[in-house]
Amino acid sequence: MRHIPVTCEQREAMLRAVGCSEMSELFSDVPDEVRLNRPLAIEGGLGEMELVAHLRGLADANEPASGLVSFAGAGCYDHYVPSIVDHVLRRPEFFTAYTPYQPEVSQGTLQAIYEYQSMICALTGMEVANASMYDGATALTEAAMMACRVTRRQRVVCAGTLHPEWRHTLATYAAAGNFDVTFLPSTAEGGVAITGWEAEVSSALEGGDVAALLLSSPNVYGNLEDVSAAASVAHDVGALLVVGANPLLLGVLEAPGIQGADIVVGEGQPLGNAMSFGGPAFGFFACREQHMRHMPGRLVGKTVDVDGNRAFVLTLSTREQHIRREKATSNICSNQALCALAAAVYLSAVGREGLAATARACIEKAHYLRDRLLETGRFAAPWDTPFAHEFALRYEGDVAAMHAALFDRGFVAGVPLSRLDPMVGDSSGNADDLVLFAVTEKRTRAEMDAFAEEVVAL
Amino acid sequence: MTEKIAHTPPHAPSRGPRSLIFETGAPESRCVMPPSPDVPEIDLEEALGGALRAEPPLLPHVTEVEIARHYSHLASMNFGVDSGSYPLGSCTMKYNPRVNEDAARYEGFAGLHPHQPFDSVQGALELMVELAADLGEVAGLPGVTLQPAAGAHGELTALMCFRAYHVDRGDARSKVIIPDSAHGTNPATVAMCGYEVVTVPSDEHGGVDMEVLRAALDADVAALMLTNPNTLGLFDPNILAITDAVHAVGALAYCDGANLNAIMGISRPGDMGFDALHINLHKTFSTPHGGGGPGAGPVCVTEVLAPYLPGPVPYRRDDGTYDLGEPARSIGRVRSFYGNFGILVRAYAYLRALGGSGLREVSEQAVLSANYLKERLREAYDLPYDRTCMHEFVLSGSRQKRESGVRTLDIAKRLLDHGFHPPTVYFPLIVEEALMIEPTETESLEELDRFADAMLAIAKEAAADPDLVKSAPYTTPVRRLDEAGAARKPDLRYRPEE
Repeated sequence: MRHIPVTCEQREAMLRAVGCSEMSELFSDVPDEVRLNRPLAIEGGLGEMELVAHLRGLADANEPASGLVSFAGAGCYDHYVPSIVDHVLRRPEFFTAYTPYQPEVSQGTLQAIYEYQSMICALTGMEVANASMYDGATALTEAAMMACRVTRRQRVVCAGTLHPEWRHTLATYAAAGNFDVTFLPSTAEGGVAITGWEAEVSSALEGGDVAALLLSSPNVYGNLEDVSAAASVAHDVGALLVVGANPLLLGVLEAPGIQGADIVVGEGQPLGNAMSFGGPAFGFFACREQHMRHMPGRLVGKTVDVDGNRAFVLTLSTREQHIRREKATSNICSNQALCALAAAVYLSAVGREGLAATARACIEKAHYLRDRLLETGRFAAPWDTPFAHEFALRYEGDVAAMHAALFDRGFVAGVPLSRLDPMVGDSSGNADDLVLFAVTEKRTRAEMDAFAEEVVAL
Repeated sequence: MTEKIAHTPPHAPSRGPRSLIFETGAPESRCVMPPSPDVPEIDLEEALGGALRAEPPLLPHVTEVEIARHYSHLASMNFGVDSGSYPLGSCTMKYNPRVNEDAARYEGFAGLHPHQPFDSVQGALELMVELAADLGEVAGLPGVTLQPAAGAHGELTALMCFRAYHVDRGDARSKVIIPDSAHGTNPATVAMCGYEVVTVPSDEHGGVDMEVLRAALDADVAALMLTNPNTLGLFDPNILAITDAVHAVGALAYCDGANLNAIMGISRPGDMGFDALHINLHKTFSTPHGGGGPGAGPVCVTEVLAPYLPGPVPYRRDDGTYDLGEPARSIGRVRSFYGNFGILVRAYAYLRALGGSGLREVSEQAVLSANYLKERLREAYDLPYDRTCMHEFVLSGSRQKRESGVRTLDIAKRLLDHGFHPPTVYFPLIVEEALMIEPTETESLEELDRFADAMLAIAKEAAADPDLVKSAPYTTPVRRLDEAGAARKPDLRYRPEE
């Protein structure tokens, strides 16, 4: 299948027009020693019908969780996506456009991002949101680096209850040499980093060199952290508080900005984006106005055109790499615009009451499932800590065998914690029998009852 | 044509600014209804430990038809590849095949959870393993990670691997050399990796100045970052001497793959002596740009560097099944999960449609089309580097600026009235009033001629009626914006009291 409209005859004419008799003359700058004198060994040449059959074959070799009764979460959630979302994303004016560097012909993208930024500010209780980042893990890492710029300090302290993949990403960036991380020990005993641990957190923050305290609420176990208490211990030592949040749950949970967070980040996938094996989705990033010039990523602002019409434009770009080069706030020069657009359409479609009702449904169903699973006698509660739509239970038996057996019956029995990366700074070593269950609004009472019965029947 | 455009009323009534979505609908308006409760209601305050919000977030209240009309109107104010030629240099705005869009949405791909059992995602892992192998073949570099989400993310990943390699050898170095023609992401990436940037000027042919390079190379240099073909659209004929000199001081050579569309099947960065390359799937491999993303920036490296790649990496087991594993000396993750999988599906579909010979045809046509446009425009505009170009070339508007006060920015804006997206402007920084033009292979000869005709017409307009060009555009949904005002007094979110 080719996508080259120039015909063979035109090709000859074009070659003559540039003074060449054959194609190879155009590549005369390429030295012989580095020329590839054989065809690339890449299969292909499929027509569209054959291509579809081939791709369908690969897709059909998978058993997608979306078609099963899935309780898998751990950073990626099976929420309902209203039909209108993908219809908007399929508009070629949106998906085939480049970054809106020419605002006169990019008002669609620009206005949509401005509206998205406004929605993220509303959810997080912050004053400025950027146009989005790659994902939640990189948004957290960029927040750590931004806190270092704001405070002119070089060390961050990270909760042991943050998602291990986020902690790993943070550690990878830190190892590149620009900042240091202290990981608080994993607190698998209580399932939270803050409540009851304020003294330990304060001692980790000592030294006058800490730029930020990083945590998420809900944390990786689904438990809610005491964000206000965290803000107070962080601010006491002049550090910023960076909070990871689940944007869908912010329909009912207090906005971290109100609780004292200085930067709020998170994974945007729950808002209208398919799971898609973990990507693409987007990271959101919001901060206070006083720190806005230290922010990474793109920002869209409102302005007027020469006729006085309201219009939107990329702004505050003197922070960015194409102008500042090595002094930029980050090397990021893109955003996940189409995924952020999906979020904006999703949030418009559910609306403010709808988002709250969806969050409430997830939370209530999660509490129902936890009770049902405890009733089976096969699971035990590792702690009794407030949680939202995801929770961890200890399985009394072989987790892998349980998971496999239930998968064969059409259930994804959560995510075994052992499946996540080994945890940075984890000293407890008692997570192997923990299973994380996430419940979305898609799950019905009948499905959860059937699941509990299957657990009993194991 | 000039007359007609100049006298077109500024705004057709159906276009122009639109209400914000927050200003649309009424408090009782609804689109999708939340699911009916089927489990016992709980006291949220008690269950959540009191962390409830006092007021619902300020989100829109709209019906589905209002959403459809709102975004349809916004779409009509956008210009995409489907709208017309988009010769944005170094961005490779080629056509995005529709079947690839469908494939990424197959439930067997889009419905996969990243932590469902690996034996239930064998098709997805096979696709990733095959894609990685194919990209490695194009690059001539066998170690591949698909994890990075964008080109800049790929650059960072590669530099982190370089750093780990040097540290492993007990030879931590401090500097990275970058030519002055490089993309801004290169120095920004180097700074994020804790290295110092050493900028070297280009020679009079637009290539790396070998004498300057040799003088800059010492035992403290960790790497050279180079774009080849470079941002002037020129292939550096000294490439082997360059990478040899880099390796001679124990440093590594990094290739920015932004311009890979010029050389597929013709020359491979690995064969040029590069140790690593990032690939922008959203450029060379036709995945859509999405208005700024999502893209994907896989990194290909030598066998020596492969153990440092971020994990997990998909691989094929001896029994023919697929799994994910951690490279021996991995730098660790650079993001959650495995990469922008939906983008990987699209790129894989493109590869299977074209195959090895199709990719070579792509590069040949991309290079021929760029040279054809260069020939058509060389008289009307300055051509600071007059050589056979690769897939893009750089003109200068300095003649127009000098003779009539018309700047490159004005030329770009006037192109909008002629129905084209402008080229990249004011980049590379080493060319005054630069216009960087990359037509791509997916433009027909008729479109290439129409674009050239428009550029020639604008050159004439600039001479005859400079003010016409300086006030352009006239026919776009909005006209030139007050960008300084936007930065001076930032308004970055909707506030209802306004």
